Amino acid sequence: MQNETADFEVTLRPTTGWLQIELAGIWHYRDLLSLLVWRDFVAKYKQTILGPLWFILQPLLMSVVFTAIFGKVANIPTDGLPPLLFYLCGQLGWNYFAQNFGASSATLVNNAGLFSKVYFPRLVVPLATLVSNLLTFFIQAATFTAFYLFYKYGAHQGHFGVTWHLVFLPLLVLQSALLSLGLGLLMSALTAKYRDLVHLTPLLIQLWMYATPVIIPLSQFPPQWRWVVALNPMTSIVESFRLMLLGTGTVAPLYLVFSVTFTLAALAVGLLLFGKVEKTFVDTV
Amino acid sequence: MRPAIEVRNVSKVYQLGAIGATSLKEELARLWDRARGRAEAARQGEFVALRDVSFDVQPGQVIGIIGRNGAGKSTLLKILSRITQQTSGEITIRGRVGSLLEVGTGFHPDLTGRENVFLNGAILGMTKAEIRGKFDEIVAFAEIEQFIDTPVKRYSSGMYVRLAFAVAAHLEPEILILDEVLAVGDQQFQRKCLGKMQEISTGDGRTILFVSHSMAAIRRLCQKCVVLRQGVATQPLDIEPAIELYTENLTESVYDLDVSQFPRSWGAEARVCRMERLRVTSNHFLAFGKPFEIEVHLTCYRPITKGMLGMAFNTVEGTRILTLDSDINDHYFDLQPGKYILRARMENLPLHPGYYNFCVSMGGGGHFYDMLDAALWEVKTSDEDRWSDRGAGGCRIEPELCITAENGTAAYDSRSA
Repeated sequence: MQNETADFEVTLRPTTGWLQIELAGIWHYRDLLSLLVWRDFVAKYKQTILGPLWFILQPLLMSVVFTAIFGKVANIPTDGLPPLLFYLCGQLGWNYFAQNFGASSATLVNNAGLFSKVYFPRLVVPLATLVSNLLTFFIQAATFTAFYLFYKYGAHQGHFGVTWHLVFLPLLVLQSALLSLGLGLLMSALTAKYRDLVHLTPLLIQLWMYATPVIIPLSQFPPQWRWVVALNPMTSIVESFRLMLLGTGTVAPLYLVFSVTFTLAALAVGLLLFGKVEKTFVDTV
Repeated sequence: MRPAIEVRNVSKVYQLGAIGATSLKEELARLWDRARGRAEAARQGEFVALRDVSFDVQPGQVIGIIGRNGAGKSTLLKILSRITQQTSGEITIRGRVGSLLEVGTGFHPDLTGRENVFLNGAILGMTKAEIRGKFDEIVAFAEIEQFIDTPVKRYSSGMYVRLAFAVAAHLEPEILILDEVLAVGDQQFQRKCLGKMQEISTGDGRTILFVSHSMAAIRRLCQKCVVLRQGVATQPLDIEPAIELYTENLTESVYDLDVSQFPRSWGAEARVCRMERLRVTSNHFLAFGKPFEIEVHLTCYRPITKGMLGMAFNTVEGTRILTLDSDINDHYFDLQPGKYILRARMENLPLHPGYYNFCVSMGGGGHFYDMLDAALWEVKTSDEDRWSDRGAGGCRIEPELCITAENGTAAYDSRSA
């Protein structure tokens, strides 16, 4: 450590540049990142009876509700898949994004007290969120796998199954992470200025889910209007999840390219705006 | 040897309009006002917290930073610790910086003492390996060995503060920035902290910047001192000349504050009324057991109905210990737009000698129109007070006391004594 800091020198100037990410700084605080991940995970379920079991129950209960309301009552088709599995898969694709987006958009406001007393690269906090939600994602993926096996080899003997596309799943998860990080940072910067958005974000996420084929598959829309639904960058992510895991999904190259482009643009704008706001945001707390 | 810290022409300007929580509605209202050319909308000033500050700190120096309320000390520390950014100027820092503007930053109530030591240490910039190496030392210093695996929300406030300070005291950056952290814990622990700080500063040639209102601590710890006055800084001076410079016009000025440009933390940017000046007019300024008199110079922009003046003293740690509200017995006042001087008086100031944050607010009909909590004032021991070393804290008021012997005869009655 002594060698590392012997010629450590930093010059502080008012912000003039555009995109500056202190990768070295973030690397130095990697231990903080891992401790924040661990804190998120542990603190959330201390003093709850079911503990981490909530990570399994929450999407499961939602899927049961969806099955009852949208499957049985509204009779919305599920691409020929068992409804419960269909909804679980949709949520697997959606939840990681939604949880990241919700948490990271509150980064500045929720940590105002901390940020006004101590310096560390602010990006460490949303990055820790991405990682701790990834743990949640793995638990949900395990739940999905259990139901998948049950439906595939148990009672139903369904003619669905994973496809070779599955090898791209990590890329898809990465894209979800980057998209939610970009939009979350953007929202966080805006929320620092306009506190009203604190109340708007959860609503936005809720509505956004209904605009994403979590419940109604893209195949249910008339072909000439599908591009409208695909303007939502999450559409092709959720549909790709289904294609990979269950073998049914409406994925077009154009939609994918658009979604990835959108992700990169959102990330750039988010980093840019967050970088601008984080420097002096404590002055307005 | 090159300086550890070079500060060059650093200025910090706060946009007063941007201070305080802005909501979308306020922003729209402001736009609307501006569009209609309202005079009030243009009432957005700038507050210059630091003006062209330049100084050097040599490696291994322990530099004190002193200055009265609103002189820019906290702003300077925040810029040096990268919490906020200067408006102009340049700072070069050679060495890793650890800054301690508060103890216990980032403590999580649900986590145990052990877990919080790691979390807090990492927040302050230590690696897990460094913390592990110092863990036993930290716990021993905090004197909480048997509670280390208890969630900190079950700690007494004393234990909490001791653990928090212990983590911070074992931070080992080359440059350490400290703000008033000595004002924690009971007196015995404060002495221990001061001793630890002295050990840190003399031991291994670390560079330290230390902000304090306690001249005793400054004398004990620092080699040089930067004096800040209204955002302007001196070069590092020798301790005694620096303290002289600081106290020179302290008595006239520190109790007479032009607060019109102070940042507002609350109160909708003081658009209904604004406090312009606070002036303590009692003979002894603030002294235990003496009359307390204060003038508040107020400008009303809009009529106030059912108005009230609220005053309060908080400890440096933020605990409210005395509240003086003018409306306790449903006494209210109405004011038309204009300029006013409010004079408040209290016969015996019951506050124990020490440093307090003074808060003052103007309200009406259940709303706060303007609120200030920027002034840190010292309550002194008055000439007649012989008991102030009897322990710290809070208010000291004589109760009525009656003593009756076992057989029922009156032995003492303070009312007739």
